[in-house]
Amino acid sequence: MHHNGAVGARRDDDREFTVTETVRLFDAENPLELRSGASLKEVDVAYETWGSLNNDRSNAVFICHALTGDAHAAGWRKGAKRAGWWDTLIGPGKPVDTTKWFVVCANLLGGCRGTTGPSSVNPASGEPYGLDFPLLDMSDFVTVHRALGHHLGVDRWAVLIGGSLGGMQVLQWTLDHPEDADNAIVLAGSSRLTAQNIAFSAVGRQAIMRDSGFRGGRFLSEGTSPKKGLAVARMMAHITYLSEEAFSEKFGRAAQSGELTPNFGVDFAVESYLNHQGEAFQSRFDALSYLYLTRVMDYFDPFAAPDALKALASNAVKFLVMSFDSDWRFSTEHSRRIVRHLEGARVPTSFREIRSPWGHDSFLLSIPDYHDTITAFLARAADEMGQR
Amino acid sequence: MSGTLRPDLELIAQLIPQDSRVLDLGCGDGELLRLLMRKGCTGTGVEIEPAPLVEALRAGVNVIDLDLNTELGEFADDSYDVVVLSRTLQNVHKPREVLEQISRIAVHCVVSMPNFAHWTSRARLLTGWMPMSKDLPYPWYDTPNLHYTSLKDLEPLFKSLNLRIDRCIPLNARGGAHVAGNVAANLFASSAVYLLHATR
Repeated sequence: MHHNGAVGARRDDDREFTVTETVRLFDAENPLELRSGASLKEVDVAYETWGSLNNDRSNAVFICHALTGDAHAAGWRKGAKRAGWWDTLIGPGKPVDTTKWFVVCANLLGGCRGTTGPSSVNPASGEPYGLDFPLLDMSDFVTVHRALGHHLGVDRWAVLIGGSLGGMQVLQWTLDHPEDADNAIVLAGSSRLTAQNIAFSAVGRQAIMRDSGFRGGRFLSEGTSPKKGLAVARMMAHITYLSEEAFSEKFGRAAQSGELTPNFGVDFAVESYLNHQGEAFQSRFDALSYLYLTRVMDYFDPFAAPDALKALASNAVKFLVMSFDSDWRFSTEHSRRIVRHLEGARVPTSFREIRSPWGHDSFLLSIPDYHDTITAFLARAADEMGQR
Repeated sequence: MSGTLRPDLELIAQLIPQDSRVLDLGCGDGELLRLLMRKGCTGTGVEIEPAPLVEALRAGVNVIDLDLNTELGEFADDSYDVVVLSRTLQNVHKPREVLEQISRIAVHCVVSMPNFAHWTSRARLLTGWMPMSKDLPYPWYDTPNLHYTSLKDLEPLFKSLNLRIDRCIPLNARGGAHVAGNVAANLFASSAVYLLHATR
């Protein structure tokens, strides 16, 4: 997604490239019923897979992506300049070893990277949905992930893994359907956003909706685009993905070119970096998806229901929860809260806080302590594979 | 502490009833919990050191990274049947606060402590040197042990916290039960295991 650390060598031409598949999982005969009561008569899902499913279908791993991720978690697409967004973690010989595990990642519902979302065409009108797209809930993502599992012949996952919003999906999934998974890994996640988290989301959405190109969400039909607003939303959000130390380390107070001369241009290197983040984001992300997906996060509060943990407590999934000490978007306290609820309900739970100076995005990086912990947990998952 | 055989753990495991839910504070590589899992117990280890934490995780133990000195509040009241604090109380900043937390988390607890008043320590002190032994192997300037106690000194602390001593098992330097039993334990036992009961 953003900086993935050192990007490895490009794959040779004789190597395999990953391809994104798309499947229609819901249609007029079998519509997707959403948590809100609304339904969608056409849902396509983009996904990628790595490795192969074993004979007893016990080695499947589902990767839930974060806010701006997509199905291309690992490997190389033909002609790509960089590998998938979690290529540090997933691949042959990596912590999620694709020579052992059958790994699946899908673009989530409401996204804009191949799966149906608010910019898709509404079959009822022939026009993009815009704000007519129904509001979504974390459990709706899970419904679609499960349907993809059934399509692929997997109704039980050895491990569900997700970082940030991905971790939230893993939590919702295991609370609602603990019978679907043996193990769950929740990284830099949250079970409830704080007012500060929601405030950042709100400013991002306001930047998009106040852009004159937004046109009440009908920008695709009207041929405009709130791209300035989307870029500002991304620039601001990106600040929250890194720590103060990471910004200092990367840029300090360096001038973008030559000497600093006070102006209102791109004087400092950090300003250029943020501009680049904003620009690059416009070409790959949709403003409506940004609104819909951030709103799902704002309302996520799965432990609020009094019987939230009832199903999981009686059908325990083994959890590994991890946080990063410099993450100020979803600080360690967010992960501790998840652990308190799980462990308090006697769900087998492990937790580790990783020291890392890189902030929230640490979960995308190759940090030895972090990767060693995942490797240990997955080695144990492999020992116990198919036992339950 | 990981990697070395801990015969005292065998003894502690015998004190814990089958099928108990156990919280092991300072669980190291999870050796005790693995022993206990074989007798139907479930539970959680707490470990802050990275290497043993990862070993425990790999071995199938649920392990939580937190600081015993400040973060035991993460565990709910009466959320476990037994809390184990094996050879760890001497390493915490405030033993009294940790024992208070423990008696809130479970009714029963097992605490083991090295005995600073073992006769070899007394003899060494008489020669003018700070005691060092198999149970107290560190020089004074480089030790995780923040507190030194005799077995005699421990008992008033337990009492003041309404922790009743159900059993006290003096151990020899190898960690086995001391042949002398409770007779002059404060002189001859290298360490001791206490089974305590919170009366509240």
